[in-house]
Amino acid sequence: MTALSLGAPDGRLLRLAWPGRDGIAGALFVLPATLLLLAIILAPLLCLLVLSLTDYEIGALQIRWLGLGNFEKALSDPVFRRAMGNTLFYVALVLPGGVLLGLLVALLVHGRTRSRAFYEVAYFLPVTATLIAMAAVWQFLLHPKLGPVNGLLRAVGFPETAFISEPSLLIPTLAVIGLWNLIGFNMILFLAGLTAIPRDLYDAAEIDGAGGPIDRFLTVTWPQLAPTTMFVAVTTSITAFKVFDTVAVLTRGRDGSEVLLYAIYLEGFQYFKIGYSAALTVIFLAFMLAFSVFQAFQLDRRVHY
Amino acid sequence: MEAARISLSSGRWFRFVGAHAVLLIGAAFMLLPFLWMLLTAIRAPDEILTGGLNPIPRSFHAVENFTAAMQQAPLLRFMVNGVIICAGILVIQLLVAIPAAYALAKLRFPGRGLLFAAVIGGLCIPIQVPALPIYLALAEFGLLDSYFAMMVPFFLSVFAIFLFRQTFRGFPDEILQAARVDGLGEFEILWRIVVPSALPAIAAFSIFSIVAHWNDLYWPMIVIQRMDYAPPPLGMLFFANSETGASYGVLMAGATIITAPLVLVFLLARRRFVQGITMTGIK
Repeated sequence: MTALSLGAPDGRLLRLAWPGRDGIAGALFVLPATLLLLAIILAPLLCLLVLSLTDYEIGALQIRWLGLGNFEKALSDPVFRRAMGNTLFYVALVLPGGVLLGLLVALLVHGRTRSRAFYEVAYFLPVTATLIAMAAVWQFLLHPKLGPVNGLLRAVGFPETAFISEPSLLIPTLAVIGLWNLIGFNMILFLAGLTAIPRDLYDAAEIDGAGGPIDRFLTVTWPQLAPTTMFVAVTTSITAFKVFDTVAVLTRGRDGSEVLLYAIYLEGFQYFKIGYSAALTVIFLAFMLAFSVFQAFQLDRRVHY
Repeated sequence: MEAARISLSSGRWFRFVGAHAVLLIGAAFMLLPFLWMLLTAIRAPDEILTGGLNPIPRSFHAVENFTAAMQQAPLLRFMVNGVIICAGILVIQLLVAIPAAYALAKLRFPGRGLLFAAVIGGLCIPIQVPALPIYLALAEFGLLDSYFAMMVPFFLSVFAIFLFRQTFRGFPDEILQAARVDGLGEFEILWRIVVPSALPAIAAFSIFSIVAHWNDLYWPMIVIQRMDYAPPPLGMLFFANSETGASYGVLMAGATIITAPLVLVFLLARRRFVQGITMTGIK
């Protein structure tokens, strides 16, 4: 801030606040971002909240105000309840699996020297691959008659398994593909966290008698990794909550494999029930926010014990 | 003492073998889908239909499968679309986010705290949340089925603002002051002095952005009906659905073509790629 000083008649200095060079440049620099923030995040968000309270459908002649009617309808809608249950089940499988396997792989890869590059590439490759294309590959891999997975099961003497049409196996199958896609990403995050742990902490732990690998992990690695673990847990749960691509390719919501985002997509963009879909989107947003706040809180307590 | 050393080294040996055994099993799980995709893409249909586990194809059928894949769907067109969309999004994201991040990091202006709070809040809002209203607005203005429709929700990346702000904050204030004394405007200071020093962060974000938008299905699936505009994932979805007569060889050839560009870039620029994810992951 610069101040413009003028001599006032009564002898006091009149100070006029002026944004100054800094302020003008700052305001200009954030202008495009601010306008876009309003246009593609805040205004749509407000619009979404209003729509979620109406029965608006594309092509409808009039709009009625429903209050919380859409939310009440959602709670008693078997399709939505199934979608919600499936999504939570999927997160319950992918979240612990993604965090623990990512951590395990990172711990093992971190100790490697010559083979580290190979393992990094191998585990990271699924992250780079276009999931839609690879979902089509998984569909073939899991094909009851033609796929190698069932070929292997048959060779070992197990019965043929319809991973993508047996309702009870649908979500676990999608979770395995989700984990396949995610572990390399989490591994890289954990590797960065491991590299940041100061070496002398391990030396200190050794002097204190924590020499074995498990002792070292429990006294140094795990507490030091807590912020990384929190971050990985949040990103993993959010990614899992947004499961959509594999459903779109593998099942298109058939056989009770509805998930939240696919339900929102169908209601909003296929059936054009905008109001109802907006309400489901609000629920989706609430869940995602709750997840990150809850996890941050939970893990925060463990960080500062 | 001799015995202690032997037991130590055998313990190490055991850990070494154990770690490799676990890692190799995991790596096989990661890589087998790619391997089987490639093997099936060069296999003849009659051999695929036997569902055998034989890894080596009996006859080489790659030319037929890849030709059929290219004829069934405009795969190259999908990739050109992908390049146009990713480039358009990235350029505007950088032009919008870099000045905003610099202002948030180094300049004082009214509403700075509010804007930063909005950026942090925006980090929690994925595209699926504003999708409905943006779709309605685009439909209202007759802008659906266009490159613009596919790009517009991503012009602002609050994540880029957040990341670049972190980076710019570390830039020494003395250098900025010296440049101001030399008569440079904030615009010049930003693009000539600060941005060159932040190229690693910008490269990291660029990789992150390109991977995210090359692979995005949700938004293109909503705004694109005509195949001419489809980016690779949406094209793949069309392709997988149009695919008739269970010719999995052709489908796998198509999947290979669609997956190849990002995988190749990753293999060629591995360090940058991994760095990109690391930098964007951990502040």
